[in-house]
Amino acid sequence: MANDDKFINIKVKRQDGPDAAPYWEEFNVPYKPNMNVVSVLMEVRKNPVNVQGKAVNPVVWECNCLEEVCGACTMLINGVPRQSCAALIDKIYEQTGFGKQIVLAPLTKFPVVRDLTINRERMFANLIRVKAWVPVDGSWAIARGPRFADREQRWAYIISRCMTCGCCQEACPNVSNKSKFIGPSHIAQVRLFNTHPIGEMHKEERLDALMYEGGIQECGNAQNCRKVCPKEIPLTNHIAFMNKETNKYAFRRWRYR
Amino acid sequence: MSKQKIIVVGGGLAGLMATMRIAEKGMSVDLISLVPVKRSHSVCAQGGINAALDTKGENDTTWEHFDDTIYGGDFLANQPPVKRMCEAAPGIIYTMDRMGVMFTRTAEGLLDLRNFGGQKNKRTAFAGATTGAQLEYCCDEQVRKHEAAGLVTKYEGWEFLSAVIDGEGVCRGCIAQNLTTMEIRIFKGDAVILATGGGGMIYAKSTTSTICTGTAAGSIFQQGARLANMEFIQIHPTAMLGDDKTRLMSESARGEGGRVWTYKDGKPWYFLEEMYPAYGNLVPRDIASRAIHKVCVDMGLGIDGKNQVYLDLSHLPTDFLNRRLGGIMEIYEKFHGDDPRKVAMKIFPGIHYFMGGIHVDEDHQTCIPGLFAAGECDYMYHGANRLGANSLLSALYSGTVCGPAALKYAKGLSKTAEDADEKAFTDELKKQEAFYEKLKKLNGTENPYVLHQELGEKMRANVGIVRNNKDLTANDQFIREIKERWEKINMVDGHGFSNQTIFFARDLKNMIEVAHAITVGALRRDESRGSHYKPDFPDRIDEKFLKTSKSRWTPDGPEIEWEEVDISLIKPRKRVYNVAKEVSASGK
Repeated sequence: MANDDKFINIKVKRQDGPDAAPYWEEFNVPYKPNMNVVSVLMEVRKNPVNVQGKAVNPVVWECNCLEEVCGACTMLINGVPRQSCAALIDKIYEQTGFGKQIVLAPLTKFPVVRDLTINRERMFANLIRVKAWVPVDGSWAIARGPRFADREQRWAYIISRCMTCGCCQEACPNVSNKSKFIGPSHIAQVRLFNTHPIGEMHKEERLDALMYEGGIQECGNAQNCRKVCPKEIPLTNHIAFMNKETNKYAFRRWRYR
Repeated sequence: MSKQKIIVVGGGLAGLMATMRIAEKGMSVDLISLVPVKRSHSVCAQGGINAALDTKGENDTTWEHFDDTIYGGDFLANQPPVKRMCEAAPGIIYTMDRMGVMFTRTAEGLLDLRNFGGQKNKRTAFAGATTGAQLEYCCDEQVRKHEAAGLVTKYEGWEFLSAVIDGEGVCRGCIAQNLTTMEIRIFKGDAVILATGGGGMIYAKSTTSTICTGTAAGSIFQQGARLANMEFIQIHPTAMLGDDKTRLMSESARGEGGRVWTYKDGKPWYFLEEMYPAYGNLVPRDIASRAIHKVCVDMGLGIDGKNQVYLDLSHLPTDFLNRRLGGIMEIYEKFHGDDPRKVAMKIFPGIHYFMGGIHVDEDHQTCIPGLFAAGECDYMYHGANRLGANSLLSALYSGTVCGPAALKYAKGLSKTAEDADEKAFTDELKKQEAFYEKLKKLNGTENPYVLHQELGEKMRANVGIVRNNKDLTANDQFIREIKERWEKINMVDGHGFSNQTIFFARDLKNMIEVAHAITVGALRRDESRGSHYKPDFPDRIDEKFLKTSKSRWTPDGPEIEWEEVDISLIKPRKRVYNVAKEVSASGK
């Protein structure tokens, strides 16, 4: 093949531990068609030698499904938050030019663990905060579930594909290590559970959660979230809707207290 | 007695369902998982989940579901547990619906059903083409509810290393290691449930996630648990070829009307429809995979001369495809580049699912009291071949059986784990700590990742779709050699924090042990049944091999024992798909 002597050049922002100083390291991996960022990193660990020819520790990163459904391998690729399994090298080169350096860095809105791995526990804790579940009496089989219209299912299903990957959180200017903002994904989750016929019976609990510190009022309407969502959830629409819902709810709560 | 607790290892569907069932009864659970449970491999399941809901006017019954499952599994599964699973299926689906799974709906707001392989009736409930993810998220949410209530404590980012078995031979807990801090610690529990999934990574390239190494099964195998029917590996007929993995293209593509074809004499040849007129493109997976293999490898008719054929959906309306198969449309388009709504997809069979697994009784308990297994890591429900959309069912159902069984076992104990002999815990901890020290010091010449590639290549070549004893014997020899080469690994990462190579090397050791059980099981079974196909022994030989193979670990390699299969409900009959299946006589 004509590309035998071609290399994929990556520059990785590395960090040995949560408190260590970050540094950059470059690697060259022989080019093959149809590679993605994960398969490039897999090549690196088979032969962990940097561009200076020095044997180094292999790059540490998270991945699992390699099909963009588990959300584990999210990182910044040329500055954009996305899943590294679905970041195809050939597609990146179509935009940047063949052989152009690809820059990999951990997400910035979460604490770094090591190299490209980050700690996203905060997102799961916030799912508890907004009570993102349908409160059934128990998991035993009692009867058929409630009827649910096809037209509702169609848009609710899109929200239910959220894999808690953190792309929207990364892109949102109002989410940071310092702010308590729960972020765009979780506001959409509230809409999902408030739509399900059983979840709806407890919608006030979730609306309450959205109105505390770090709730929906911290959205600055930058609209970045929608652009980076790998599951194409129209997050801004859901935030706008939930904004109206919380306003109505606040008014009712004030009037009928 | 002091406060009791159960340990669940694995946060996929089986583990979460077991956790839910235990927590609902007020017992505490420690849930140990390699990844945040929401990222478990169950999310990769696409097409749907089977249950005879009979909402399509087809007079579908749970008996027919049971018969299809037993027939599809070539009569190797013990029948009573499978019957109970099929009977429980409608209730499980309705429960998942109540708990908020966004199943695809009919016009009147009921759950829609679609066709799947090896079954004539519409029996598969689905949520687009991301059914596994939707079910997993739902269970994750319910378990989070119990977590918020303080009943479930999650240990995400921990790997199970071994069971703690005391002097009485009873499992009292386990040892696990933190993936980040590298801390190794004791987890005490009155029962331990392994719900650790299959071992697709043993073949290196498969449709499974990178965590599906089978390492936990490999570990307890060496501690005395038995593995059963390991030679039965499902090879999914329609997977995308890839460098890093083979990505699944759901059977629902064919369920919704997709057709498999290649060119013959310059014209499209719909070979499945021609070879199997009764079931066409919806023959079970082992049958379809062998047909594609034959067309490409034996007849040389693969597209562009390569090992690939078309899976064609381009004749179906775009809106229909987006609604019902959106998830896989996106995966193909993203990872391949072509739009499957417009051009046919190129596919070839890929390693997919382990029918075999940890040997358990009907309560999902292993031969080690207190140690249970559920989900893909057990061997219970699929015999020699699994029907599509039965895996999500068996994962959830086994959780509903195993959770309460473990609870009952724990409550019946005369002595809790907290009161058990401390020495058993410290001894096992010391053993695992010593092994960790050994791993850190490995400074030979073999890169563990390269060694793993080699293992996978050999397994795919020698223990794949078509098997023969010459290759299997060679593979047995290869495994004996790779066990020695493992000792010469070079621990390429010298860091004492978040060191993935340490975990990988340990997993690899266990993978090699499981690979050995697969190989020897395949070598001993001189017949063809379900996914296990030997051209030298082309027929099913019930007199000799209508038996579960049980593998016992020894330092010199696995020893196989044979166990009778419970065929008390349906008499075995010849399994064919070119004509419609006969109705089983015992059906009521």
